[in-house]
Amino acid sequence: MQVLHILNKEFRDYFVSPIAYIVISIFLLVTGWFFFATFFLLNTAGMRSFFDLLPMIFAFIVPAVTMRLFSEELHIGSYELLLTMPVTFRDVIVGKFLAGVAFIAAMLVPTLAYPITVSFMGDLDWGPVIGGYVGSLLLGAAFAGIGIFASSVTRNQIVAFIIGLTICFALSLIDSMLFLIPEGLVGAFGYLGARFHFQNIAKGVIDTRDVLYFLSVMFVGLYGTFMVLKEKK
Amino acid sequence: MIHVENLTKYYNDFCAVDHINLDIHKGEVLGLLGPNGAGKTTTLRMLTGYFLPSSGDIRVKDLSVYDKSFEIKKMLGYLPESAPLYHNMLVADYLNYVANIRGIAKDKRQARIKKLVELCSMKEIMHKTIGELSKGLKQRVGLAHAMMDDPEILVLDEPTSGLDPNQIIEIREIIKLIGKEKTIILSTHILSEAEATCDRIVIINKGKIVADGKTADLKQSVGRERAIYLSLINSDFTAASETLGTIDGIEAVSKLESPNDDLLNLKLTFSSSDDQRAEIYNKIKATDWILMDFHQEAKTLENIFRELTKEN
Repeated sequence: MQVLHILNKEFRDYFVSPIAYIVISIFLLVTGWFFFATFFLLNTAGMRSFFDLLPMIFAFIVPAVTMRLFSEELHIGSYELLLTMPVTFRDVIVGKFLAGVAFIAAMLVPTLAYPITVSFMGDLDWGPVIGGYVGSLLLGAAFAGIGIFASSVTRNQIVAFIIGLTICFALSLIDSMLFLIPEGLVGAFGYLGARFHFQNIAKGVIDTRDVLYFLSVMFVGLYGTFMVLKEKK
Repeated sequence: MIHVENLTKYYNDFCAVDHINLDIHKGEVLGLLGPNGAGKTTTLRMLTGYFLPSSGDIRVKDLSVYDKSFEIKKMLGYLPESAPLYHNMLVADYLNYVANIRGIAKDKRQARIKKLVELCSMKEIMHKTIGELSKGLKQRVGLAHAMMDDPEILVLDEPTSGLDPNQIIEIREIIKLIGKEKTIILSTHILSEAEATCDRIVIINKGKIVADGKTADLKQSVGRERAIYLSLINSDFTAASETLGTIDGIEAVSKLESPNDDLLNLKLTFSSSDDQRAEIYNKIKATDWILMDFHQEAKTLENIFRELTKEN
């Protein structure tokens, strides 16, 4: 129950401040621009170029969404009020995390206009599109886990954003940097790359290995947050 | 009701609270007094489960903060220093949110909130953003937050700090009103406040308890050390000290500075606790001196506080 109340409060909070609208506008502008800039050149009725870019864009956007979740509370001190109410760390972390994920989902809803538009122009294969959206949610959840961890380590939202951005960015870029890594480790590092797993799902193939990857990243982030909060006691 | 045993808290090497032992009984209004940095807030934070003690134990109704922190939080309302509330929420929304988290049944919620609004007189501010409120109003919202589900124990950290005199009196009235039924623990560094609101006072300094007792007892223990101040016209110091010095129990008569030569200011100190005021008056009546001022000053809590907490 507590989780739901916290989720509800945090989710509404997003829309009270202008940040939500700014983040959503930037996200839609950037994705819309990049998607339609190449769409007619590629001359295929698909969402590929949209989903190709998504890990990069999420690496910027998701930490901006999650940066306030703990930092703000630590900064104004309401964290003390929150934790002295009958709630557990789990309630707080999960509630805030779900609020972040719900916001990311809300942010993705307007982009449904793209596949709908495309489906009028050509024969759109809905499989990869659905896979792409499932993957986007998983990717968003994984990055939100990291972002929430970044937010719990500092009371400064900008610092939280930069920490989150750095980790998410590294995860999205790692598979294009593989040539720098000794040959024996390429497999392992390749597996760490978020883009690699995301693109598997975005092809329309929902493989448990990829799902497990995103869930693990998310869990590591949330568990890290739990450890940080516990340490603060 | 609350049993604190050997409570200790270290921040790295710094010992903020040093082996405190304390028993707080049901219905008591306890004032935790001490200079800044004495460990008041740290103690309260451990009591409310926000911090874990480094060692020692706190038991509330025989539940330990180590494993039953959640149950303790349910019985306890807490107002941290300067009420750090979410500043982008409406007061009404905030109270609703707290009621939700505190698990107040839907059908009772409106009635409860209404009652709190009345108690803390917040009717006009319900539809304002918390960030817009003045400090005193914010404090009231914080108080309503703490009292939301009518907790048995109320912990208030410097509830009146930074308020103007009118607001201080209002908050004190509220505390007194709820103190009739609840156990209240409040911290402050304002002595008059502790005197006015608390049944029992615990003074801590550098993490240790240096005094603990009923407010009246503490006051009485120093009440014997008193002085009487006199202002006389038409008299001189030698005559006055001769006349008054003969009274039993007067230890010394000393002359204080006076603004003009006609006025003689005297201070009388006593060796016994008997009341000699009537006798002093009679002695003066028998002369042709004119009595301009006659008052007694007992040693106040302020003096005890300063003695116990001053740097040596």
